[in-house]
Amino acid sequence: MKSSRFARKIFCLVLLAGISMTASAQMMINGAGATFPYPIYSKWFDEYAKVDPSVRFNYQSIGSGGGQKQILAQTVDFGASDGPMSDDNLAKAPGKLLHIPTVAGADVVAYNLPGNPALKFDADTIAGIFLGQIKKWNDPKITALNPGVTLPDQEIVVVHRSDGSGTTYIWTDYLSKISPDWKTKVGTNTSVNWPTGIGGKGNEGVAGQIKQTPGALGYVELIYAVQNKMPYGEVKNSTGNFVKPSIESITAALATADIPDDFRFSITNAPGADAYPIAGATWLLVYQQQKDAAKGSKLVEFLKWAAKDGEKMAKDLQYAPLPESLQQRVLKRIDEIKMR
Amino acid sequence: MDAISGPAIAAAEPQSARRVMTPPSRFGDRAFEWLTLAMAMAVVVLVILLGWELCRGSSPAIRKFGFHFLTTSTWDPVAEQFGALPFIYGTLVSSLIALLLAVPLSIATAAYLTELAPLWIRQPLVSLIEMLAAIPSVILGLWGIFVMIPWLRDYPFPLLKRVFGWTPFFTGPIYGTSMLAGGIIIAIMILPIITSVSREILRSVPNLQREAAYALGATRWEVTRIAVLSYAKKGLFGAVILGLGRALGETMAVTMVIGNTPQIAASLFKPGYTLASVIANEFTEATTDLYLQALFEIGLVLLGTTILANLLAQALLQTMSTTSTTRAVQ
Repeated sequence: MKSSRFARKIFCLVLLAGISMTASAQMMINGAGATFPYPIYSKWFDEYAKVDPSVRFNYQSIGSGGGQKQILAQTVDFGASDGPMSDDNLAKAPGKLLHIPTVAGADVVAYNLPGNPALKFDADTIAGIFLGQIKKWNDPKITALNPGVTLPDQEIVVVHRSDGSGTTYIWTDYLSKISPDWKTKVGTNTSVNWPTGIGGKGNEGVAGQIKQTPGALGYVELIYAVQNKMPYGEVKNSTGNFVKPSIESITAALATADIPDDFRFSITNAPGADAYPIAGATWLLVYQQQKDAAKGSKLVEFLKWAAKDGEKMAKDLQYAPLPESLQQRVLKRIDEIKMR
Repeated sequence: MDAISGPAIAAAEPQSARRVMTPPSRFGDRAFEWLTLAMAMAVVVLVILLGWELCRGSSPAIRKFGFHFLTTSTWDPVAEQFGALPFIYGTLVSSLIALLLAVPLSIATAAYLTELAPLWIRQPLVSLIEMLAAIPSVILGLWGIFVMIPWLRDYPFPLLKRVFGWTPFFTGPIYGTSMLAGGIIIAIMILPIITSVSREILRSVPNLQREAAYALGATRWEVTRIAVLSYAKKGLFGAVILGLGRALGETMAVTMVIGNTPQIAASLFKPGYTLASVIANEFTEATTDLYLQALFEIGLVLLGTTILANLLAQALLQTMSTTSTTRAVQ
């Protein structure tokens, strides 16, 4: 009896030692931030475990705000954000923070009308609707864009996100670019003071509201609209073409947008002929000077892998990959990360 | 009060028993006393720490906005103008609607279950009500969007508008998502707790009460009203306060159906916003310091509102019990 208990104790100790040894052999890289790219990041971490089994990633999708805060406080090894960091926040960083764009997505104009006709929108109508100036579906501005479609004399019920989100950031960034009125009255942020409409929580909240409310119009992520088979409209871009949101038209926006050297760019209202105008990228945030050389070099290896091989997985998950030219620039930036 | 008198009584008792008791057992008593005191104090310390942390997190915002935070209605994260009034209003009004709907329903249910229901029906009903409490908030919210809202929009709301459209409370376009829908979903969420607590209270009413009333020739309704409900009034009020506490802090389901628009509108068909909802909605993506501090201040206001509402209810209970005793004396 006694000896068997003793044996069990020894066994447990050996087991514990074994666990702690494997744990110490495996490096843990911690990250936190944006929720929008979470599906593809977790896919990357899974796949990367096969490439380099010695490193494990722990990513917490707590939101872009949290991601920025945690990387500033250096409680994580990398942050993630759906919007570029503001100058104010960057100034708070203890070292130089690099923005590494990974993938992009788009906001679509989703609606609920009898028969769900295919509709076209332009900058004026979208801004007018969201500023509360266009109130009815049969407003001349909308009917002029959609000849052949009979639109009802019905009130437009505007639905927007109530929670702070990268989706809202892209949406308000677009509206600020195309409407001076919006820029002065409302502005760009992850959540804003909406002039009109009702707020739904999350993509599912907005989609639910639109699906349940006849005459509703709102914005959701492209992935979400595709998966839920919601009707969404074409939008006129800066060259005057009506473009359907798709992975190709988002990548076209990335390829033609003016991208500054610090990668804090916006691709809304991009100048390309095939570019969908309401799109945005998502970023990883990494310090240029890595404190922990071993961890830092593993992180760099992963970032390179993500920029080359990881990008190929984007389309399957309905994300738009970076165009070749930008990919090369990103790889060059990753090379600038130094170990101390 | 209790924390002071408790140990005093406990300390007085062993003294009289000193001669018969042996020191080791006294040590056990002491240890037990200190242990329970520590546990009771832990709750107090927790609340104080919570308040302190909220104050600390929001102090720059408090300094910047001062009292205006409570009296202005603009919530603009871009311009960093923050006012909490519509959220306070939304929290209070949605909770009030919830109480108005849930209290009569819960107390009637509790009265039926303890006084009138045949025995075979009691247990299944009780289990069902308790199961309602086990439904996760987010599930209830999704049900709210996809089932409750369309139904409310198509049937009860137009009816309310037709009948009560002349009052300012039921005017304007009907979207479904509204302050009223928020109140209704909170009512569903606080129903189980008020019912369960009320049932326990009614069950604890001594049978002598009922028998005395019957002996005086009272009908069943009179027995329930005079002998049971009146006797249990204080306890039932306590159940309502518990429900109110829940209603004020309810977050997820309300956020999904209330419409999340910071405005003060008389019409209950208009969307509203609550304190808890704005924190849940905006905390994760708040990137600037002042914005985050303003959200912390919202948390502080919510804590304050909850405490204030509870104190007010306690005071109401005090006056209610004194008037009832004077009436009894008269």
